[in-house]
Amino acid sequence: MNWFRYSSPQTFYPLAGKMVPWFLAAAAVLAVYGLYVGFFVAPTDFQQGESYRIIFIHVPAAWMSMFIYVVMAFWAGIGLAFNTRLSSMMATALAPTGALMTFIALWTGSLWGRPTWGTWWVWDARLTSELILLFLYFGFMSLQAAIDEPRRADKAGAVLALVGVVNVPIIYFSVQWWNTLHQGASVSLTKSPTMAATMLTGMLVMALAFWMYSIAASLIRVRAIILERERNSDWVKTL
Amino acid sequence: MNPGLLSTTCAVASRDVLLALRNKSDVANTLLFFVIVASLFPLSVGPEPALLRTMGPGVLWVAALLASMLGLGRLLAADYADGTLEQIALAPQPLGALITAKIAAHWLTSGLPLVLIAPLLGLQYDLAGEALSILLVSLLLGTPVLSLLGAIGAALTLGLRAANVLVPLLVLPLTVPVLIFGAGAVDAAAAGLSAAPHLSLLAALLALAVFFAPWAAAAAVRIALE
Repeated sequence: MNWFRYSSPQTFYPLAGKMVPWFLAAAAVLAVYGLYVGFFVAPTDFQQGESYRIIFIHVPAAWMSMFIYVVMAFWAGIGLAFNTRLSSMMATALAPTGALMTFIALWTGSLWGRPTWGTWWVWDARLTSELILLFLYFGFMSLQAAIDEPRRADKAGAVLALVGVVNVPIIYFSVQWWNTLHQGASVSLTKSPTMAATMLTGMLVMALAFWMYSIAASLIRVRAIILERERNSDWVKTL
Repeated sequence: MNPGLLSTTCAVASRDVLLALRNKSDVANTLLFFVIVASLFPLSVGPEPALLRTMGPGVLWVAALLASMLGLGRLLAADYADGTLEQIALAPQPLGALITAKIAAHWLTSGLPLVLIAPLLGLQYDLAGEALSILLVSLLLGTPVLSLLGAIGAALTLGLRAANVLVPLLVLPLTVPVLIFGAGAVDAAAAGLSAAPHLSLLAALLALAVFFAPWAAAAAVRIALE
């Protein structure tokens, strides 16, 4: 089977259309099961009480936020290196989902911090680097939005995403060192070393659900981008 | 016969320095902005020397960061508008080297003045002798990184309407490590600790940026010229 067949927007558009319902259904089923495990099966944490249950949303969102940035930079880099239009469209389609995940991670982290640490926000290393990640997503999206010509927007965004992906580890470690140098561990994120098996199951199932949702959302978005960019081509007119 | 790489880069750099010196107000404006921002903080948070001493390094570094964003508009935009940048890109010498020359000239005319005036502002924040010299060294190592990263942002936004607003948005998140280690070095010196680890990390960032940033900026310039 020739996989490159689907690297053209014209052939990928119907394929993505067929895949979206499956990923959406998988996301819904996994989310229902994961939330059921998280809210009804998993035991109450003996230190944090019920408030720990936000990790079933928070941790998968935080994982996705970082992972999507890498995937986005990967597709953008492929688009830049091989001049493939679809890869760049994929990168553009992933950015809003990544920003959403980053925002959810910050938001739920803040909701969890209020009862647990007694404050909405601390300049903890992870919070700070997640916030900077959100700024990086915004930078990528606003650069692409500012450029009218789509191919230039693709390539300029790709350079920025690649510069960002080199910088993310540097930013992460510098923020971590800054934090330890400045105030020491006034609040510690370390949880009890062993996690109940059901908690872990719930979290992993929710992570899978977030994966499926992210794939479905970016496929829907990439379909819209394909239509917008190819609106003058014959195959779009015959749809 | 083509002129050598060294003489071409020197020619590009000296041309840019000369242009900046003929337009003295551009250089002066960046410097004035730096001084004014740094003077606003005591007015807003109060004149207690103890407070100013703890805030000083951070405030001076943030002010330098913002001031260095101001000058980025003239790094490439004017040459892009009148076609000079296209000629530079067509030159047989590698574009990355010529961009490095432009960045160096930009730093000499906008970064270096900031570095030189910073100890004076440090005195206003009641920084002591050693902290002042560390401030000078940290800015000396850090401001070139700001110019190098800024060049990427300036190249990516060439010819865009919203370029002036967009550049800080793209570049400032990337400069977080420079800010942390730069202000951290002065903090450490003020607290009587060794500033060497911070300065070493700053130097490492500078080495990384010198190696990669001109290359990325050259790629961005080629994209803009397509």
